[in-house]
Amino acid sequence: MTDELNPRGPHEPCDCEGEGSRRLFLGTAVAAVAGALTGCGKISREEFLQHNFRELSKDEVNSVIARLEQEYREKYGKEVHVGNEPPLPGVIFGYALDLSRCVGCRRCVYACVKENNQSRDPQIQWIRVLQMDKEDGVDLQHANQYYNPEEVPEEGHFYMPVQCQQCSNPPCVKVCPVGATWREKDGIVVVDYNWCIGCRYCMAACPYGARHFNWGEPHVPSADVNPETHYLGNRPRPKGVVEKCTFCIQRTRKGRYPACVEICPTGSRKFGNLLDPKSEIRYILENKRVFKFKEDLNTKPNFFYFYGV
Amino acid sequence: MSPLTTRSRSLAWGLSLLLALAPAALRAQAPPPPSADGSTPEGIQVPKPPFSEGIFPCTNCHDGKTVKLNTQRRQLKDMHEDIVLKHGPASRWCLDCHDAKDRDKLHLVSGEKIDFTVSYRLCGQCHGDKYRDWRVGVHGKRTGYWNGQKQYLLCVNCHNPHSPHFRPLKPLPPPTPPQLIQGTKGGSR
Ligand code: SF4
Ligand code: SF4
Repeated sequence: MTDELNPRGPHEPCDCEGEGSRRLFLGTAVAAVAGALTGCGKISREEFLQHNFRELSKDEVNSVIARLEQEYREKYGKEVHVGNEPPLPGVIFGYALDLSRCVGCRRCVYACVKENNQSRDPQIQWIRVLQMDKEDGVDLQHANQYYNPEEVPEEGHFYMPVQCQQCSNPPCVKVCPVGATWREKDGIVVVDYNWCIGCRYCMAACPYGARHFNWGEPHVPSADVNPETHYLGNRPRPKGVVEKCTFCIQRTRKGRYPACVEICPTGSRKFGNLLDPKSEIRYILENKRVFKFKEDLNTKPNFFYFYGV
Repeated sequence: MSPLTTRSRSLAWGLSLLLALAPAALRAQAPPPPSADGSTPEGIQVPKPPFSEGIFPCTNCHDGKTVKLNTQRRQLKDMHEDIVLKHGPASRWCLDCHDAKDRDKLHLVSGEKIDFTVSYRLCGQCHGDKYRDWRVGVHGKRTGYWNGQKQYLLCVNCHNPHSPHFRPLKPLPPPTPPQLIQGTKGGSR
């Protein structure tokens, strides 16, 4: 690994020599058990004993958040706010992407990386833009995500960005053996990174390649860390957990548009409340040609593709 | 060693079974969404029209004295020769949209004079379908609050009115193929 924060070689399975200050913090008994179970002592005693986020009382949530903020302060040398805004009543989020307008410029990919504190090295990107042939239509056999011409769009091609489709019938949630991922009332499928055991069943179950695993210690330069975070969203993740798009839960639950919507230079990305008949998302569903990606799998996405022209 | 090592939660998992039936924690009430409040005549939030630097107000020169009114269709030579007109039929020219008598305004086909801040009404005369979609937030980009105040863009913020075709862009770098990601035991997919 090139990362100086983590000087071990790529073949060692686990950070066993890193017995830093937090290890000293552990009570001996718990340390022994934790050590035996995890093979190393990277997590704090409190974190080790923490329950599933959905089972925590208000006080427990507050103390978990205070602990995380303290850890981030130490790690990044700056204040990182961890929110836990609940779903807004009467809201189910929907997203629509205009395939007739996307030019494949990848501005959304990098705005997402920045907003959501995705690891720069090793690289993790929640949005993947597929280049396809106009002649073949939506055909994954001939999709290319590595296109890199001087200018886009290229003649004869169209572009299809893919990210988590926030399924209403999410196979990823069904297969999780520990309940570390679930669908919230506003339709956002979230992950409790402190409960995820890293088994990656969800990645195998997701038909959209939307989930990403932290194989290495994620690295985000301190100056680039977005300090406005959500517990179930863009807070910095540890190694060994799965992450994915959350419709920018830290923004959208406060009424703001997702970062990808705001960056897109072609206005291809539309977002809103599916339960509000006056929203732009409802207008699209009622007036445009719309399809769901891999609809035949019955995942029931709340993410739609449409043709604006 | 299994790949679960660093994050294994067998103990916590076991403990959680005891609590599996406990009711979910009550969560705080959400704050009321910010309210919509526009500032243009119609209540639409738009940015300033993208004038070239120092060009507006047009009446600085087109005041009827410094530059005399000339309604002759012609190739411009002394000023504005940088403007490439590539918009609709070849017969199109300046005064189809710019008002000859009041140069700080545009005019509609009806003769009604309008400000540059509502130029979308002018565009909408020909591009009715786009205009309709823009008004409902489907064509073009909105930023701000999905449940409150939205900032629109004018047609001319993305489309140069004289040459409106959307210009190609340099794409940002492609993702690193999984086999080239260093320090990992595989890719992120
Ligand atoms: S920013 Fe917009 S146009 Fe560019 S790739 Fe993303 S969706 Fe397509
Ligand atoms: S797209 Fe994949 S990760 Fe997202 S909800 Fe559906 S199955 Fe789960």
